[in-house]
Amino acid sequence: MPVVRLRQPLKRLAGDRSEHAIEGATVGELLLELERAHPAASGWILDERGVLRRHINVYVNGEPGRQDTRVDADDRIDVLPAISGG
Amino acid sequence: MTELLVGTKKGLFVLEGEPGTAFDVTARAFPGEPVEYALRDPRSGRLLASVTSPFYGPKIWYTDDPAGDWAQADGVAVPERGDVALERIWVIVPGEADGRLYAGGDPGVLLESRDGGATFELNRALWEHPTRPNWQPGAGGLCLHSIATWPGEPDRLAVGISAAGVWLTDDGGATWRRGNDGLIARYVPEDVPPDQVALCVHRIQRAATRPERLFMQFHGGVYRSDDAGETWTDIAAGLPSDFGFPLAVDPADADSAYLIPLTADIDRVTPDGSLRVYETRDAGASWTPRADGLPLEHAYLTVLREAFDSVGESEGLELYFGATSGAVYGSGDAGASWFDAAVNLPPVLSVAAGEGLTRPGGESRP
Repeated sequence: MPVVRLRQPLKRLAGDRSEHAIEGATVGELLLELERAHPAASGWILDERGVLRRHINVYVNGEPGRQDTRVDADDRIDVLPAISGG
Repeated sequence: MTELLVGTKKGLFVLEGEPGTAFDVTARAFPGEPVEYALRDPRSGRLLASVTSPFYGPKIWYTDDPAGDWAQADGVAVPERGDVALERIWVIVPGEADGRLYAGGDPGVLLESRDGGATFELNRALWEHPTRPNWQPGAGGLCLHSIATWPGEPDRLAVGISAAGVWLTDDGGATWRRGNDGLIARYVPEDVPPDQVALCVHRIQRAATRPERLFMQFHGGVYRSDDAGETWTDIAAGLPSDFGFPLAVDPADADSAYLIPLTADIDRVTPDGSLRVYETRDAGASWTPRADGLPLEHAYLTVLREAFDSVGESEGLELYFGATSGAVYGSGDAGASWFDAAVNLPPVLSVAAGEGLTRPGGESRP
């Protein structure tokens, strides 16, 4: 099963766990299921449209990914805030 | 003791002090995050803050202790699986009914809380208004930034949306109608059909002692309505510019209001390098600069729409505003003289003034 890895503050909102094994075929499916399983995190990664927030980056096994990137059972998905600001 | 809740680009700052002297920073919350607006509900003492994380989106938070833990309010969202997402909450306003609060945001949303800010619900009538497809955003987005309650009448509201104009309800938000007669948008051709003119309202404030009176700063124009927002009259004559964002109204005197003009829409700084607050005592028939103590040379400042507030009334009216320079200025005598309340904050997005809370023995929170 793919594993989604979170850092703070998302880790705290997701049951204070950094690693979440979730069923799904794409990054978007995993993140939607993650937010469903942890309502406190709802809206923090995906907006109301179900779209990945603009300044959140995902990596699949260390490679930049997108919401529609397909994932396999042994993949690792890191969810990180982008390097942006002002 | 006066309390200022200063929302900045880098967090919320709670300032406390007495008029005439620099204020102390007594608490800071949400370090590093943009705090668009914060207020203390004077009925409950609860603080509420609108925070838009650049990563995780807009949220409303609340607490009874600004230096303690904050809880996230529920329901701060637009309907799921639509075409748009909530971009920002611009303002939070106490309602007239017990526990009632309103929040306004982008894209043109009005949220209502009936439990003191723990949960919010979208106003569906405004969200689903049949004219919404024609609403156009201003430079800051399709922001619902002004919510003018009516003292003693909880069902009557006027809201301002940039650039969808003024909207009025007399039935608690079940139905809405426009209130734009008399507004002139100089930035579009004169033959644009009236229902398609983008009306860039910048700020609306109601006069508490005469609630049918409203003052408006427009995108090029200053107006007054004496019929609860149905029609508007230009009152900008005598100002150095009719462009600007914030305004304040004396809650005890419906003829007294204050503006901070900026040069123009293409040059959004104080005119002539001089920071001046303009006061009217005759409902806009005349305007007088009030600048004793303010920088009058080489002062090219920008004061945003939510960054001006007052507490008290009449000759004891205290006025406070912040600039994107990070300075906060105050007056304890209705604008007759000014002092530096704070000078080195991050860019100021909003200022909310209040009397704060007092512990037994006179010590203020936190």
